[in-house]
Amino acid sequence: MFFQKEIETMNRKDLEALQLERLKRIVQYCYDNVPFYHQRLTEAKVTADKIKTLSDLQYIPPTTKADIRDSYPFGLFARPMKEMVRIHASSGTTGKPTVVGYTRNDLNMWSDAVARLCVAAGATDEDIVQISFGYGLFTGALGLHYGLEKIGATVIPVSSGNTEKQVMLLNDFGVTALVSTPSYALYMSEVAREKGYDVDKFKLRLGLFGSEGCTPEMRTQVEKGFHLFATDNYGMSELIGPGVSGECEYRDGLHFAEDHFLPEIVDPNTLEHKQEGEIGELIVTTLTKEGIPLLRYRTKDLTRLNYSPCKCGRTHVRMDKVMGRSDDMLKIRGVNVFPSQIESVLVSIPQIGAHYQLIVRREGFSDTLEVKVELVDSSLLDKFEALENLQKTVAGNLRTVLGIQAKVTLCEPKSLERFQGKAQRIVDLRNAGK
Amino acid sequence: MIIKQLSIFVENTKGRLADIADILAKENIDIRALCVADTKDFGILRLIVNDPEKAAIILRENHCTVALTEVLTIKIEDKPGGLAKPIRILSDHGINVEYMYAFVSKEFDSAFVILRVENNEAAIKILLDAGVTLVSSKEIYDM
Repeated sequence: MFFQKEIETMNRKDLEALQLERLKRIVQYCYDNVPFYHQRLTEAKVTADKIKTLSDLQYIPPTTKADIRDSYPFGLFARPMKEMVRIHASSGTTGKPTVVGYTRNDLNMWSDAVARLCVAAGATDEDIVQISFGYGLFTGALGLHYGLEKIGATVIPVSSGNTEKQVMLLNDFGVTALVSTPSYALYMSEVAREKGYDVDKFKLRLGLFGSEGCTPEMRTQVEKGFHLFATDNYGMSELIGPGVSGECEYRDGLHFAEDHFLPEIVDPNTLEHKQEGEIGELIVTTLTKEGIPLLRYRTKDLTRLNYSPCKCGRTHVRMDKVMGRSDDMLKIRGVNVFPSQIESVLVSIPQIGAHYQLIVRREGFSDTLEVKVELVDSSLLDKFEALENLQKTVAGNLRTVLGIQAKVTLCEPKSLERFQGKAQRIVDLRNAGK
Repeated sequence: MIIKQLSIFVENTKGRLADIADILAKENIDIRALCVADTKDFGILRLIVNDPEKAAIILRENHCTVALTEVLTIKIEDKPGGLAKPIRILSDHGINVEYMYAFVSKEFDSAFVILRVENNEAAIKILLDAGVTLVSSKEIYDM
């Protein structure tokens, strides 16, 4: 099923011609309407008419999150406030939030992009959808909300929190699709079972998950927790919110909304372009956004692109699930470690639960990694040796994948923190107390 | 002859044993015997109680990882050599004791030894043949 079939299945040549035309227009638009870009483009000696091919993009200096923050709150807005109809902002866990504004056309484009990924994932106007993202400045909830309304689904804007009530509504309202983070969905399924609900009788069939990464192993856990088909979608408030890319029914990468967002993959250090299929940092240019257009925005997310045709018929490029963030990447004893690698190892061991916590410390001149996991298999309690062997197995599997030795700590079930928004599973104590 | 023992996973954190004891106390679970095996990070608390099935349910409701393990209890004379004889018999028959712990009862003027062996059925036969007294689960639970 498609929401905008003509665009979603457009042949690549026509699509690239459309992107080039829109790229020229957005560069001119930025030059004319945003003083920051006027200056940047002038310094880089780039003008719209110098852009002849899509690869000429490389001459435009990238935009960073710091650039948006430095212009706090509205410095990068390209339209007067009178034309803005919505403001959102990122969580701003460090310092000031990054603020974005939407014109009426932006909101329209946004809900189209979200509608596309919802339909691609399998949502229809028959679905009753519970949105368990927090409403507010965060783009996740309202983004999915308007996209789902656009396809005619019945939206239940529960927002986040009060997990027992969430589970009650899933059951009582006959909810068929769930919007949340994958880890919160997992937690909800645990609570449902604890409260004595017969999860098999739930009508849930589809999960539209986002806002945090989800490894295939984690996805399997969520699908076991609730009997549903879990799909992943991607976006960030700077670019629009959710709607930048999303999985189709084949779940072999997330289709970019390429007529609105132009992706590149670069080396995070040198900013040189990577070959197709190589992993690097995702950079995105918004091709149609009016409120706050961004040229070559550095997402810091690490992924790769696949331009080959997809079985679903969509021609738009697919990105892999995000493998980590170029600035979240843990460097432990000089080894690059991605939390997603650790998650893959942990979720494949059935004796432990799906929740975990990583603690990095510095002892003397050496870094140590502690991985806390919950013991769920009570049959191991008969023999001490069995528990010690489990610790060894977890540590051994981690060593195989990461190449470093981790200390594995077994914890009691439900003792590790559960998260309703983005899971914060890493505690880096290396600079604590300095 | 087979007694159900609770095996409870316990993190080595402050107050955790006290928490578990509180959970059991609130539900009127009476502890007959206990032993703790531990490493630096975690331990296994082994308990003989008056109602192991109920205790397991309560502990699971309180998010503990709990297993019910089948063990044997023998009654021995509370005097030197009382333990040596039955253990020697098991050893002579090639039955390994994985762990054991004991408690004494003034009421019965005897000692009770809880034994975890690999093969309960074989051990029961050997001990009975040698004239060792095995305690029934009812006797332990009602003690």
